[in-house]
Amino acid sequence: MYSLDAAFSALADPTRRSILARLAKGEATVNELAEPFEMTQPAISQHLKVLEDAGLIVRRVEGTKRPRRLAKAGIEAMDQWLAMLRKALETNYDRLDEVLTGMEKHKKGEKR
Amino acid sequence: MSKMTLETEGDTHVIVTRRFTAPPEAVYRAHTDPKLIQKWLLGPEGWTMPVCINEAKSGGKIRYEWTNGKGGGFHITGEYLELEPYNRIVHVERMHLPDPTPDNHIETRFEADGAGTLMTMRMTLPDGKTRAAMLATGMERGMEASYVRLEGIL
Repeated sequence: MYSLDAAFSALADPTRRSILARLAKGEATVNELAEPFEMTQPAISQHLKVLEDAGLIVRRVEGTKRPRRLAKAGIEAMDQWLAMLRKALETNYDRLDEVLTGMEKHKKGEKR
Repeated sequence: MSKMTLETEGDTHVIVTRRFTAPPEAVYRAHTDPKLIQKWLLGPEGWTMPVCINEAKSGGKIRYEWTNGKGGGFHITGEYLELEPYNRIVHVERMHLPDPTPDNHIETRFEADGAGTLMTMRMTLPDGKTRAAMLATGMERGMEASYVRLEGIL
């Protein structure tokens, strides 16, 4: 439960979600991760620390570089996000099903 | 049974498909009649759309305003590019958060599928970064709903 909490609060920030989305495409260095955000490297490093503490990403040592990649929990968290987005859209379309049923009844002249 | 699919394609597209038991004419109308749109295009539980402007003609304006009734809300604006009743809609839209996001170009097709409809929505964003941000924003709203559910459980 604690790690789930940490994962959720780590995901609450749009920059961190974008970092995860980038890492979903493959391993990246801090410089590569900082590039699209117009943020300083320390600011990005702070986000990376939160993601690391939540167990969503891991680092590897390669000379002076510390490339990051998604941890298993990070991959699962990404899947969970997509599932939640899907859920919100599905809720809309389930409601639309009801609207369409109502339109059909109306057309047939039934009382609603 | 999973009626809906949501997939990314390449770096800039998002494709959503959904099947309906109603015919294309009805599904098309539910996407272009403000009175009908206000009944379903709402997102998580508790959200409403008090303002719904939808001028379903080429060059017509779109404006949807949502609120969660607790001071939270946002709106989108857009324009219709092409409408082919009851087969196809092409429009652009952007979210105001409050700064406008880059335009999302959306083609929506309604194809007869037996007695029902197969709807295919193809979104094109200007670049991968914008697409990631859009998905993240959608996720945020989805997450808000799941937080509410969590509160109910804990």
